[in-house]
Amino acid sequence: MGMDRRFFLKIAGWSGLGLNGIVKAVTNDENIATEVPKRLAMVIDMRKCREQKDCKDCMLACHRVHNVPEIKNTKHEIKWIWKEPFENAFPSQNHEYISNQEKSTPSIILCNHCDNPPCVSVCPTQATFRRDKDGIVMMDFHRCIGCRYCMVACPYGSRSFNWEEAKPYIKEINFKFPVRTKGVVEKCNFCAERIAKNQIPACVEACKEKAIIFGDLMDPDSEVRKVLSANDTIRRKPHLHTLPNVYYIM
Amino acid sequence: MIEYALRGTKKYWTLIFTLLAVIVIGFVAYLYQLREGLSITGMSRDVSWGLYIAQFTFLVGVAASAVMVVLPYYLHNYKEFGKLTILGEFLAVSSVVMCGLFIFVDIGQPSRVLNIILYPSPSSVFFWDFASLGGYLLLNIIIGWKTLDSERKDIAPPKWIKPLIYISIPWAISIHTVTAFIYSGLGARSFWFTAIMAPRFLASAFAAGPALLILLTLIVRKVSNFDPGKAAIQTLAKIVTYAIIINVFFVLLEIFTVFYSGIEEHIQHFKYLFVGLHGKSNLVPFMWVSVVLAITAIILLINPRTRKRENLLIFACIAVFVSIWIEKGLGMVVTGFIPSPLDEITQYMPTFPEILITIGVYGIGLLVLSILYKIVISIREQKA
Amino acid sequence: MYDAPKVITGIIIFLLLITSPIWYDISTGKASYVPDPKIKTTAKKCIESTAFMRANHMELLNKWRDDVVRGASRTYKAQDGKEYEKSLTNTCMNCHLSKSEFCVKCHDYAGVKQPKCWNCHNEPNLDSTLKD
Repeated sequence: MGMDRRFFLKIAGWSGLGLNGIVKAVTNDENIATEVPKRLAMVIDMRKCREQKDCKDCMLACHRVHNVPEIKNTKHEIKWIWKEPFENAFPSQNHEYISNQEKSTPSIILCNHCDNPPCVSVCPTQATFRRDKDGIVMMDFHRCIGCRYCMVACPYGSRSFNWEEAKPYIKEINFKFPVRTKGVVEKCNFCAERIAKNQIPACVEACKEKAIIFGDLMDPDSEVRKVLSANDTIRRKPHLHTLPNVYYIM
Repeated sequence: MIEYALRGTKKYWTLIFTLLAVIVIGFVAYLYQLREGLSITGMSRDVSWGLYIAQFTFLVGVAASAVMVVLPYYLHNYKEFGKLTILGEFLAVSSVVMCGLFIFVDIGQPSRVLNIILYPSPSSVFFWDFASLGGYLLLNIIIGWKTLDSERKDIAPPKWIKPLIYISIPWAISIHTVTAFIYSGLGARSFWFTAIMAPRFLASAFAAGPALLILLTLIVRKVSNFDPGKAAIQTLAKIVTYAIIINVFFVLLEIFTVFYSGIEEHIQHFKYLFVGLHGKSNLVPFMWVSVVLAITAIILLINPRTRKRENLLIFACIAVFVSIWIEKGLGMVVTGFIPSPLDEITQYMPTFPEILITIGVYGIGLLVLSILYKIVISIREQKA
Repeated sequence: MYDAPKVITGIIIFLLLITSPIWYDISTGKASYVPDPKIKTTAKKCIESTAFMRANHMELLNKWRDDVVRGASRTYKAQDGKEYEKSLTNTCMNCHLSKSEFCVKCHDYAGVKQPKCWNCHNEPNLDSTLKD
């Protein structure tokens, strides 16, 4: 036939490479959702939160449940939910004559679980990805290579990197949830592991004033939808078109 | 042809062993970083990229600049560059090797680096950057090696080299455009979120790269009997001149847009760089040195009488290289993070281990460059 | 053969070096033991049979890893129909309490690299009661 061994080996090699590539591209990690997808969101009612000047309940609960280390060196700190002064959290809303109330009380900020997340677009391994079934922007700590591109791309500063081993900085380990190794990025995960057991996020549960409302935007009867339609709400940096899912009532 | 690199003068071996010593020191520092984590660097939650990524960004430009000798020779038959193309291609190889290494030492979980290949993510610019850099490395190794081998045997290079060379020209432009896209597509970072990122990258690359190439060629001329000729050096110098003028012009364009609009969010970064922001001014002295060097270089290069005098040309090339290294290798990356998305200022200064690792990687690049250039020199001296 | 004495000496040294793992283990008795992983629990059986687990625990754990984080399916249906939570710490380690007494023993013997699970995943708190 005129085909020699060299030619055959070349063709076999290229086919092998090509097929492998096609297989990898076609097989997908995530299960296809069979139910109607949800869009989980939060409304933070700062009117209720504002009164409690020194309250840290939501932050302590979240960081305790998720083994978030307490690192004193602010350069290496890790935080999933925290308080930030109004002018830092909402720079476009800030002006010289805002009310004393807004000026003096910090806002609670966390990952916004955007519908158009820039962190997901830039991740070179899809270690961070947006779950189709409920819109949560998840972290896969097994896959993260620690390149920190997601931290660079996030307009809200929601992400933290493990610059060193976290275990020495955790006072009391919650054994039901893993700690993270050094070299990976982490952030709020909307308590995906609690939602899987039909629980509400730790911060929502911990707030004594019930200032954090959590639910499904796709469900017209959910509390979040009712609160959103009854109140004026703002979101952080809307002009960047990330479509964040954390709303604030000031 | 590797055997040419295994035989050399005392000076050559001194160079090689010095570089090896530097590399070993850098490697030990890297082992320390592997054990402790990236906390040993000066990076922080706010400034999540530092010296390593900045060097990567700068060196992609140096790698791309090989096109500035390849294009005139192969597309426009500019015979004077005939002897220089191999030097440009091998400089590109050395630079891309360093780029890959700088990314590697910056990664938090290096054992997982293959995840980039196992889980390709075309939406991430990193994916395209690795693809284009990898391809460019292969192109330059193949083209350089084959053309040099053919020169050694006094035959014409094989026909299939020509299409590869033609591809390498737009490919060189693409590697630096893609690297610029890493930054210019991020709405979160107002310092980088500008379309002129890619043109600025290209302009600074075509200034710094050929400047370095001139210096390397003069060094080669000193240690061997290979002389590229005055015409080739002068043409390269003219390319550097135009490129550095365009680069400065682009920076001035940015400054106009930013300051005329009065948008504080954009102004803050430039204030930080040139006068300091809220008292924080780590980079200010560096930036002004960069400005002075650039202006001095332009004055020396634009005037043919000073450009033709070799010691002034050498000074101008060093000035161009250092000026752009400061601008891209120090200023550009870190300033994107200052102020942070929450309007906070966390400054960045590299730590000693970080600097050691950086020097170690440069050592590896210089080792690759020395070996490749030695092969070129030996072959040309043999033929002469 | 040129330099016959040197070559033959070289070959003998090479053979000695390349077979060194074998005679080192034999002489020190380091490999002549049977690993004894300890399971300290009153549970009657594992989620699958021992043979199945010996052959497949790696793939099973990898699949669980991806299912829980990326696929969002957290329940595992064993071959006998019973359902378990897909969790290294909460399911597996509930019975195989200590990694150093169970996992590491066989991995050491087989010379298989230590899995990196323990960089992040916890061993259960050996002091507290584990039922939940």
